[in-house]
Amino acid sequence: MSDLQRTSLFELHQSLGAKMVPFAGYEMPVQYPLGVMKEHLHTRSAAGLFDVSHMGQVILRAKSGSVGDAALALETIVPMNILGLGEGRQRYAFFTNDQGGILDDLMVANKGDHLFLVVNAACKDADIAHMTASLSDTCDVIPVSGRSLLAVQGPASEAAVSQLMSAAADMKFMDVAELEWSGQTLWLSRSGYTGEDGFEISVPDDIAVDFAKALLDLEEVEAIGLGARDSLRLEAGLCLYGSDIDTQTSPVEASLTWAIQKARRAGGEREGGFPGADRILNEFSAGAKRRRVGLRPEGRAPMRGGTPLFVGDTQVGEVTSGGFGPSVEGPVAMGYVDSQYAETGVELTGEVRGKRHPVRVADLPFVAANFKR
Amino acid sequence: MKYTEDHEWLRVDGDVVVVGITEHASTSLGDVVFVELPEAETQVAKGDEIVVIESVKAASDISAPVDGEIVEVNDALADNPGLVNEDPLGAAWFFKMKVEDMSQLDGLMDEDAYEQMIG
Repeated sequence: MSDLQRTSLFELHQSLGAKMVPFAGYEMPVQYPLGVMKEHLHTRSAAGLFDVSHMGQVILRAKSGSVGDAALALETIVPMNILGLGEGRQRYAFFTNDQGGILDDLMVANKGDHLFLVVNAACKDADIAHMTASLSDTCDVIPVSGRSLLAVQGPASEAAVSQLMSAAADMKFMDVAELEWSGQTLWLSRSGYTGEDGFEISVPDDIAVDFAKALLDLEEVEAIGLGARDSLRLEAGLCLYGSDIDTQTSPVEASLTWAIQKARRAGGEREGGFPGADRILNEFSAGAKRRRVGLRPEGRAPMRGGTPLFVGDTQVGEVTSGGFGPSVEGPVAMGYVDSQYAETGVELTGEVRGKRHPVRVADLPFVAANFKR
Repeated sequence: MKYTEDHEWLRVDGDVVVVGITEHASTSLGDVVFVELPEAETQVAKGDEIVVIESVKAASDISAPVDGEIVEVNDALADNPGLVNEDPLGAAWFFKMKVEDMSQLDGLMDEDAYEQMIG
């Protein structure tokens, strides 16, 4: 694993007994001695600490100095209303391509005089190249270096994080703020990837270990690996880029129309004007041929990504991610099916090891979101 | 107790063997969430993949360690697959099989050899 990168917390993970695996070019903890199941359940009942420093942190700053100009520039490559994103607020977004597919999904925050973006680890180099090529006339695209990214997720997150920074308790879901800890400035957002309340916190590398240890010293916080991160996000119905969404899936197919605000849709103030707008806006009215749906296999056998889905003998779709949901206490999955079958309750079969098993189209998320609105 | 390279243990009782997976295997699989067992009274050949174990991480197979007939399967695992993590050497046995040719057991490892293999 010598060509893999390490995060600032690498030695801490090792000292906690983590099992390290290669992930998106980094050596990352997949689980700790607690194990995936208990890590998952602990996050849903108390709080989990995740090292997500492999993700890309990027600053987008308009050469004019106006955050509005940065927002308008970014709107040329994402179908979101970024201009309408208030200072101190964050929003889910994705980069689209000319075919209306998704290049990556990301978080965008308005930090007053610039935009702060968090992008997926596996896509970050391509995202930065794409932004640089598309936005350099008007903006500086600045990859953030020297900062780690930690997530604290779960119902006890507020209690935990506010012990270190009391003002964190004043933040609401999708707020962003800069708060001081140990004489340095941390960048917080009240968001995450588990369906639970929580924070994502950008921390200078030189205090990242101290900050992580201060959190882990709290009774309610346990270190959580990538294994539980995946089952948590799956139960929360959240897409994994590269599995559930990619360059071949349009936002309408991916059931992500909620993320495209009215201002960018047909009839909106800034209708279209992003890559693939023709296809995407057309699918808003005409519908898409297939849709991403939640899937509940009957019985206990998990249906993992790649499982073909059938109605009778006709294949009508495929699972894109699936596994066992520890909080649901049963198998859960998501995948794409032909639109005519994309209704909650529709019965399909999935083929696992040559045998067809019943599976039902289900509402997402599988567990109720627990955000602080 | 005999061991296979696939981390199965076999407890021999006359011409019947009880088969499960070792503690080492259960730990590396992680939390087991589903076990699919063969039907009783079926003939199996050495190497046939007859048990599927799904953990939170992935699916893996257990092969028949020798030729013979499945005489009993552990139905408790269907309702409580977590037994594989809790008690891999006891309550979480997978199946019992009647061995066709007892000499096939001679090629299996004893505990010392198995311990050496897993290091």
